[in-house]
Parts: sequence; C-alpha cells; structure tokens
Amino acid sequence: MNLNADHLTRYLKTVVEKIEEEKNYLSELDRKLGDGDHGVTMSIGFNAVNKKLDELTDEKKVKTVLTSAGMSFLDAVGSSVGPLYASGFIKAGNALGDKEELTDEDIFSLWTSFVDGVEHRSGAKVGDKTILDTLIPFRESLKETSDSDGIVERFSKAVKAGKSGMEETENMQSNIGRSSRLGERSIGTKDPGATSAYLIIQTFLSYIESL
Amino acid sequence: MKKLINNPDNVVEEMIEGYVKAHASSVKMLENKRSIVSTKPTIENKVGILIGGGSGHEPAFLGYIGEGMADGVAVGNIFASPPPSPILETTKAIDKGAGVVYLYGNYAGDVMNFGMAADLADMEGITVKSALTSDDVASAPLDEKEKRRGIAGEFFVFKTAGAAADKGYDIDGVVRIAELTNDNTRSMGVGLSPCYLPQTGEPSFELEDDEMELGLGHHGEPGIKKVPLGTADEVADELMTRIMDELAIEDEEVAVLVNGLGSTPQMDLYILFRRVEQILSEKGIKIYRSYVGDYITSLEMGGASITITKLNDELKELIDHPVDCPAFTQK
Repeated sequence: MNLNADHLTRYLKTVVEKIEEEKNYLSELDRKLGDGDHGVTMSIGFNAVNKKLDELTDEKKVKTVLTSAGMSFLDAVGSSVGPLYASGFIKAGNALGDKEELTDEDIFSLWTSFVDGVEHRSGAKVGDKTILDTLIPFRESLKETSDSDGIVERFSKAVKAGKSGMEETENMQSNIGRSSRLGERSIGTKDPGATSAYLIIQTFLSYIESL
Repeated sequence: MKKLINNPDNVVEEMIEGYVKAHASSVKMLENKRSIVSTKPTIENKVGILIGGGSGHEPAFLGYIGEGMADGVAVGNIFASPPPSPILETTKAIDKGAGVVYLYGNYAGDVMNFGMAADLADMEGITVKSALTSDDVASAPLDEKEKRRGIAGEFFVFKTAGAAADKGYDIDGVVRIAELTNDNTRSMGVGLSPCYLPQTGEPSFELEDDEMELGLGHHGEPGIKKVPLGTADEVADELMTRIMDELAIEDEEVAVLVNGLGSTPQMDLYILFRRVEQILSEKGIKIYRSYVGDYITSLEMGGASITITKLNDELKELIDHPVDCPAFTQK
C-alpha cells in the first residue's frame, strides 16, 4: 500500500469527524475522572487541525502535514493532550524524512514513532490508566507482526491490542495526571484519553480498509 | 445551566477582551491574544514573574499581574494549561535581562507546556526557572508530595515570590522564596455544588442536597470522597486537622486564606474564618495576615478551601510588601 500526503489529510479529516461524533461521550467519561472537558479539548484540537489541513492542500511532504497538524493541535489546546499529541505527530513526521510516498514500512515507522513521541513526553507506563494503555499495546503488536501478514491484517491485530488495552483501563486505578488524586475512586471508568487514542487508531484502520 | 455568555466557544477570548479594556491603564494584550502583560513601570533588571494556567479560576490568574505580583500571564482554555507559544511570547515580553520565573500549579498539562516553553525560551537566550505549587493535602499522601496539586496556596506563592522580585532578588532568590512558601503552605477544600463547563453545560459532579465533596480540586474534579454536609465549624475542624497535622508550628505566625470557589457567599467564608481563628487561637498560634474572599475559583462552584502558610521573618516582610493589581491591592 502506498500512502501520500493527500491520503494522510483525508485520514485526519475522518478523525475530525469521529471526534466530533464522540465528544460528548469523551467528556462524560472525563466528568467521572477529571474536569469533564476531554471531548471539548479533543474537538477544539482537531478542528484546529482541520483548519490547518485546508491551508495545506498542495503540500506533498507527509512530514509537513503531520508536524503542522501536531503544532496546530498544540496551539489550540495546550492542556496535557496538546504536548502529548504534538510530540507524537512531530516524532512521526521526523521519522519520514522528506518522503512523499509512504511504503508499508514507512507507515509502520510513522505509527511506532508516533507512540514513541507520546510515550517520551508522558512518561506513563502501561497500567497507569492513560492514553498509553491503548498506544503501547498497539505499537508492540505492530512490532510483533511481519510484512508477510499484509498491512491491513497487521493494523487490524494492532488496533485489537489497543482496544483491549483501552478496555482494561476501566479496572485500573489512575497513577498519573489529574485523576490520580482520586485514588480508588478512579476504578470503574474507562480512561477518556485511552478512549480517544483508540478512536484515532481505529479510524486509521477503517481508512486503510476503505482504500 | 444558566450563564451570562454569548457563544460558549468564545468565552475565553471575550473575557480577555473585556479584561484588557477594563484595565487598559495597567495591562495590555499581546498579538496572540492569550498573553497579557503589566504595563506598570518596575525596577531595572527585575526578574520577570510569569504566572498562568487555565481559565475559569478568575480572578486568577490574569487578575494578579501588576506591581508586587506577576509581570505577565499566559491564559489557557477553561481548566486547561496554555500551550507553549503564548507562554513563550509572555516570557519574551517581560524579560528584562535578569531571567523569568514561571509559577504554576503542579498539573501534568502545565508541567509539559511550561516545560516546553522554558526549553524554547532557553533557545532564545532567556534564562527561565520554574517553581511549582503543590499545597493540596487531599491530593496525595505527604510522602508523595511531588504528586500533589496546587490550589489556593498558589496565591501566597505569587504574593511572596512577586514581592521578592519587586524588591530586587535575583532569579535564584525568587525561586528559593517560591519553594519556601510552597513548602510552608497547606490547603484543603470542600465542594458543595458543581461548576458547569460552558461547552458541555453539564455539572462537573453530582451531589445530593445533604452531601459535600471532601478534598476536591479547583477544576470541578471530584474529591477524595463524598461525605454528609457538615456545619461551617465541622468543615473547618476537618480541614484544619488535616492541614495542621502537617505544619509543624512552634512559635511561628501564619497567613490564612479562606478562599471561595466561585458561588460561595462571603458570609459563609467569614463564618469559616471565625472557626479557623478559634482553632489557631486555641493552639496559641498568631495570625499575621488574613485573606478572605474569592482568590482562585472554579467557575460557579460552591464551596471553599482553607490555606495556612507558616511564616518566617523573611516571608513576613514579603507578605507585607504592597501590591497593586487589577484583582488585588494591598497597601
């Protein structure tokens, strides 16, 4: 499969729609754990990304699309998801150099670097009840499969691993971030950050399935 | 939810617009519209004090820029840290060559955004140091103090560190004062009614008429537990027990802040203060200065927090230093 800047733009625009559909659900999860604004924040961030993408319609370098998306997300939201996603997008972009066409291997390196970027900025581990409970299992699954499995199959397995990670956050006690101050009261609700991270990777799978 | 707003998506911008117009003689907004700086003259080579955090805490943080407090503020979305770019712009505008100190509460988002801004400022040749506030005793056990969040105690950190900068302390001296104040400060609060985010219109938590949230934060996040609503004296006793357990006070005097969270009548706050004074007086502890009112709020949340800061002679002198800011003056 070959993906170019235009494909990435169309994928990101699908994320914008998905986040818009799910924003009330994300905020509802966050009301039980934090200040109740996760859906609002993600929506503000991806709307800024959407606006930026409309300015970049002639851009050929995938890296530029990704880093511009990351910076516009960051500038629109701040918060904790701002630096986390910006670091992910920038690291993903940097892994691609000046490429205009991405091969299967480039697509894996985009996503493993994306998770590396978020992980490096966050410092959270699996089990801390964060966005990384989705993203780390997703990345590890990508690394475990090989080219011969085919790209859609590999992402399908990885997204499934991310989904289990997200679902496990329901039974976790938060160890990091604002919700960690709730102690045991944080158990019983899925982590909103892990949930929106799942939407982002799941939307990528649906997108490549549709090609 | 009833609010006097126009469009929920524009509340922060419209508030800032109103604020800078209302205080046009002493503050100005920078081009990015999320950075506001004081226009009052200062001493030469003054260390810049930059404060900030999310919106929804008014009069914090934008109300505390002016003489004797902060020089500039970066304003985030509601309850969300500002991104690095307005922090960097404010830093550049307030640096007078002696460096800039970032004062903010210990929250993951603030740590990341202010940290990134500090790295960017460093690349531009501006020395930045940071001091975080972590005064909320309910937010983590004492042996994990690095996990605790900052609440109303931030006001005392702004007050003393701002005074130190105004008196000509160097950057390390300002940081030392901020850290000393934070180490000597403990707070805890209760919530009686939730706040409503303009964009969702939903209450931040749900409480029965006869319940309160004990130990809640100032973003509408739930507290450590729901307990039956107590009287003012019972609430003051509970909060003061947890606060005073951690402050080993011998013969020092203290500063007291009874802070309203947004929709609590001054009457209730003074009734709480009355009991705080009785408790301190019974222990033979003298109150050096008291502050009662809405200093750091959480939109229209109902409830209050109590903050106690143990003062040495240096902190007393700094807490006495005059202040002239749009939201706070002290002669």
